[in-house]
Amino acid sequence: MRAYSLNQRTPPASPALRMTPGRVKCVLLVLGVLFLALIGRAVYLQVVQQDFLLNQGEARFRRALVLEANRGVITDRNGEPLALSSPVQTIWASPADMEPVPPAKLRELARLLEMSPADIAAKLSDRKREFVYLKRQISPELAERVVGLGIPGIAKQQEYRRFYPAGEVTAHLIGFTGVDGKGQEGVELAREKMLAGKNGRRVVLKDRRGHIIEDVAAIESPKNGQTLTLSIDHRIQYLAYRELKAAVEENKAKAGSVIVLDGRSGEVLAMANVPSYNPNNRKELDLERRRNRAVIDQFEPGSTMKPFPVAMAIEARKVTPHTWMDTRPYMIGPATVRDTHSQPSMDVTTIIQKSSNVGASKMALMFPPETMWQFYDAVGFGRGPQSGFPGEASGRLRNWKSWRPIEQATMSFGYGVSVSLLQLARAYTIFTDDGQLLPVSFTRLNGAMPGKQLIRPETARQMREMMMTVTQAGGTATRAQVLGFNVAGKSGTARKLVNGSYAANKHVGLFVGLAPATRPRLIVAVMVDEPTGGSYYGGTVAGPAFANIMAGSLRILGVEPDAPSNNTLLPVSDMPEVREET
Amino acid sequence: MQASLVKRLWYLIKEPLDGWLMLLLGLIFVLSLFVLYSASDQTFQKIDNKLVYTVLSLVVMWLVASTRPHTLMNFAPPIYALGLLLLLAVHFAGVTVNGSTRWLELGVTRIQPSEIMKIALPMMLAWFFQRFELSLRWWHYLIACALIAAPGLLVLKQPDLGTATLIMAAGFFVLFFAGLSWKVILAGLVAFAASLPIVWNMLHDYQRKRVLTLIDPMQDPLGDGYHIIQSMIAIGSGGPWGKGWLNGTQTHLDYIPERTTDFIFAVYSEEFGLVGNIVLVLLYLLIISRGLVITARAPTLYGRLMAGALTLSFFVYAFVNMGMVAGILPVVGVPLPFVSYGGTATVTLFIGMGMLMSIAHQRR
Repeated sequence: MRAYSLNQRTPPASPALRMTPGRVKCVLLVLGVLFLALIGRAVYLQVVQQDFLLNQGEARFRRALVLEANRGVITDRNGEPLALSSPVQTIWASPADMEPVPPAKLRELARLLEMSPADIAAKLSDRKREFVYLKRQISPELAERVVGLGIPGIAKQQEYRRFYPAGEVTAHLIGFTGVDGKGQEGVELAREKMLAGKNGRRVVLKDRRGHIIEDVAAIESPKNGQTLTLSIDHRIQYLAYRELKAAVEENKAKAGSVIVLDGRSGEVLAMANVPSYNPNNRKELDLERRRNRAVIDQFEPGSTMKPFPVAMAIEARKVTPHTWMDTRPYMIGPATVRDTHSQPSMDVTTIIQKSSNVGASKMALMFPPETMWQFYDAVGFGRGPQSGFPGEASGRLRNWKSWRPIEQATMSFGYGVSVSLLQLARAYTIFTDDGQLLPVSFTRLNGAMPGKQLIRPETARQMREMMMTVTQAGGTATRAQVLGFNVAGKSGTARKLVNGSYAANKHVGLFVGLAPATRPRLIVAVMVDEPTGGSYYGGTVAGPAFANIMAGSLRILGVEPDAPSNNTLLPVSDMPEVREET
Repeated sequence: MQASLVKRLWYLIKEPLDGWLMLLLGLIFVLSLFVLYSASDQTFQKIDNKLVYTVLSLVVMWLVASTRPHTLMNFAPPIYALGLLLLLAVHFAGVTVNGSTRWLELGVTRIQPSEIMKIALPMMLAWFFQRFELSLRWWHYLIACALIAAPGLLVLKQPDLGTATLIMAAGFFVLFFAGLSWKVILAGLVAFAASLPIVWNMLHDYQRKRVLTLIDPMQDPLGDGYHIIQSMIAIGSGGPWGKGWLNGTQTHLDYIPERTTDFIFAVYSEEFGLVGNIVLVLLYLLIISRGLVITARAPTLYGRLMAGALTLSFFVYAFVNMGMVAGILPVVGVPLPFVSYGGTATVTLFIGMGMLMSIAHQRR
């Protein structure tokens, strides 16, 4: 039995059927054409347009996240950190991947980020953007809570925040980084490449609602920045800053700078400026505080310049420390060269000790301008000290061809030529043991860099001996003496140029010195700008700070006293002080 | 004894079915399971559901296939009338979802009467032509047009342009196979072209947008163009060989909308590429060819009209869906036959297949 019987009651076949073969052909033709069109479309999309559409797809689901490299640590020469980075989180959003945020969530987000909901909404308003910062540098815990809100398209990203443990003490030296993590000032800027390292990239896949599928498509690890070991000794840096600050306050000065150099290697052991700022909180940072005066400001150095023409004359064997010279005022054209405390004659040592303009200028005039220019140029005046610091001043030394005799004379005692404190301190390296000018370095060196021989070691020794008298009885800077050590140095008091003429009441007080004078280890240069606390003489305003910094630094470094018997300081207050006025 | 019983049972089940169609449906079904598994993020819930409603649909299909065409034909007028009534009910008391009224709430479940019409209208027309086969006059065609227009306009009113088009197309196919003269067809085409501007004005805003989006999806890439752009990207990224099963990024990162239902073709295309598309189109083409063979061999007018209309409707479903996903037709809610997830459409399709099989048997 068959379950299905044949159609016995089927109506007879229709005679009126009008389904002609033409009609069937027509149907087949249309179907064929349409299916071919479909296949054609598929070929077009999948073969012709494949690459374009693949890219379009990737543009939608692939996102490259930056993996920020950890910025290198900056340490002092002993490994003490001066700048380091701690991880923080940044909240960002991709409005292109977001659906409208419910108001309740938006309010919650705003509350966590301490922003107004309107601000956030404004940031998210451009639906074409794929990356907008919502809030940068927040704590990891807070970031976790923000991401925990589960708003699609909002994510966190690890960044680093720079922290400066020494704060204002190293502010100008280290500088700081901007919110983008790039160095903006100081060593942070100067050594950006080394510190920054190289950011990595992580490519993630992202679904339509902005959720990041943690499926890593490709990764490029970040290369962390290198550790930068500075030449700075943080103990000396603290000391120098503290003493400088005290000196600036005591003398009611506008500003001050100090540089401590290692006299054997040219390394900078300390560099500080007042006023300073807190690099960890730069909210009220004005330009005055931000200036790294020791490197970028230039000034006329006054008498601190005098050792150079004297050294030139001794090196050329035109004089000896004991050559007597006529030191009465004299005329060059209409101008008179005179000393504050004029004496008819002095030997060269006394000229240094008493800071005689007449004596110094006469020695300078023993040389043609070209020779003097060459010497000044050789010690680095008028050219940048190549410390690598941003905005480094090169000072000003005019070409000798345009020098008039009176100008050559005044340049011997530090007028008509300007320098930065860094240049000045570096120039004094020629007075150390071997008479070489050393390159300065802010990074720790393994052994001294080769210097440039400018004077004989013997000349250097003679210069130190003469400069020792400056801090001894009868000198211009008895306040600069240090117990147990011989100090060779030179004070300077320069009137400041204001609008092209010398101001009567604006001065720069300076002292630059070396110790121990018999085998120099340190060079300390102190500048006090516009002291208004009564005295303005370099020996008085900069000398004490110099003495404290030098004494402390020698102690810190454990330098053996070269004058152990010299264990009482000369009284300074009551004696008729010798002052210079240049 | 035992073996003989099984054999007889097998024969009983097999008897009303058409081997070719079963083979092709089986292939598409297996293929659709793979695609659905991928599209539903490798979960089995939708697969399970699909298995259940496919088995139910097969049972329905078997019942239909076992019934002689002319027994079914006698139900045409009441089914058509019922469908029309339900459509009217929708018009007055339907459930509005997303701005269009397509559903009727029946306590336990919701039904979509327009779905009934996809089958009921060609049945009604085929019955009509069979009934007046020997005395056909021009005005019979006019009545036929009215029979098409009534459900067509009601569905259009819902508004559901896609389904309305499918229903009216099914009706037109019956007219075409019933021998509507070429002159009339041509005149109709001209009239249609001429009325396009008027139709354009009558279209709803969203319908106009769909057409505009088709012309340039980039006009509104986040809004109306979104579906098209994403599906085109998915198809294109597949390339000639596809990204491989379960490897479609557009699919698995949730970029393809409606990816288990109307846009499942994009998922398939991304993972199986041009090769896969050709295979699928070929399978459909074979089903349609078999349908046309059955049409040509049908001994009665009703059989021919019905088989032709069902076959061409099937073609239209496949073509409209793939065309829409590939961006050459506007976005209308038409599932990909036998592949898309969804019970209602599947039941309708299997009923159609059952009818084809029943007509195929009539010949012998």
